[in-house]
Amino acid sequence: MTIHNLYIFDRNGNCLYYNEWNRKKQAGISKDEEFKLMYGMLFSIRSFVSKMSPLDMKDGFLSFQTSKYRLHYYETPSGLKFVVNTDLSVTNARDTLQHIYSNLYVEYIVKNPVCVLGHSLDSELFSSRLDAFIRALPYYSPRAA
Amino acid sequence: MAIFSVYVVNKAGGLIYQYDNYVAKAEVEKTFSYPLDVVLKHHDEKVVVSFGQRDGIRVGHAVLSINGADVNGKNTAEGKDILEYLKDPSNYPVSIRFGRARLSSNEKLMLASMFHSLFAIGSQLSPEVGSSGIEMLETDVFKLHCYQTLTGIKFIVLADPRQSGIDALLRKIYEIYSDFALKNPFYSLEMPIRCELFDQNLKSALEIAEKAGNFGTGS
Repeated sequence: MTIHNLYIFDRNGNCLYYNEWNRKKQAGISKDEEFKLMYGMLFSIRSFVSKMSPLDMKDGFLSFQTSKYRLHYYETPSGLKFVVNTDLSVTNARDTLQHIYSNLYVEYIVKNPVCVLGHSLDSELFSSRLDAFIRALPYYSPRAA
Repeated sequence: MAIFSVYVVNKAGGLIYQYDNYVAKAEVEKTFSYPLDVVLKHHDEKVVVSFGQRDGIRVGHAVLSINGADVNGKNTAEGKDILEYLKDPSNYPVSIRFGRARLSSNEKLMLASMFHSLFAIGSQLSPEVGSSGIEMLETDVFKLHCYQTLTGIKFIVLADPRQSGIDALLRKIYEIYSDFALKNPFYSLEMPIRCELFDQNLKSALEIAEKAGNFGTGS
């Protein structure tokens, strides 16, 4: 049971925050390119899903899984995108992502007069609280040596 | 209908087979008088609702028919531009049917290729070694399952999120493909599948899966 990494994107596609806890394989491209590719993939998946859907959707795209990992997605009405990759045993991280948004992002970034929205999140308090929160999750376990 | 559609994509990402199993439910027909209180706009060769959501007419729904006659893209059945037609008060009262736009074959081809690429990107961005591409994609109204064979053919099934047994169904569709398409001497590899027996057997496999799935998720 583990969390690999977390991305936070704003509505324009800029990656505001990225952190990894348990990543075993890098993408083979630079971090900037990886963020752009990730955002592009999510944007395309959302558009794909809205066209393919046989019925009207309320929440839209929620998650996808491959043979080794699962990607969970949460988008706020303001266009902020929270993405977390976990292993396959985590079935629903949507509540976690929602908690990260309302209890961590809103509290430590939005309410911080020094933080400029739209720029990279460099609040120490946010990073440390987020890290502590992730490590305290029931489905987080440190990488096996 | 718990299984919505089946797509088969070849190695290059081209759609070679497509089957739809659902009936469009959310269609609304209403009579309007001048002036129209929903705002319409052109989008992708269709006329869609951009503002004025009410009574089952949602943003994104397309104009499907006017006064009972199915529309033809941006024009009415007679060939007049829809927005111009609706600006003229003498054409009112008018009865318009709104609903989710059906996908044209071109759009299905594009979506299949789009998924082919997304499948590959899902594997590239993996934080774990040796990951496959996207095998299951979940939304709140449907789940998309994908099975890629060793030869690169992808079988994609869109189903209700509660439907079970789709993995077995995907393997079964692969079996039907190898029996009725590959063993057909008139079928060329990677080309669109036009084999009657494949269609028939696919339909019956879908029926069996739906009944079995409902049985499982029932009491």
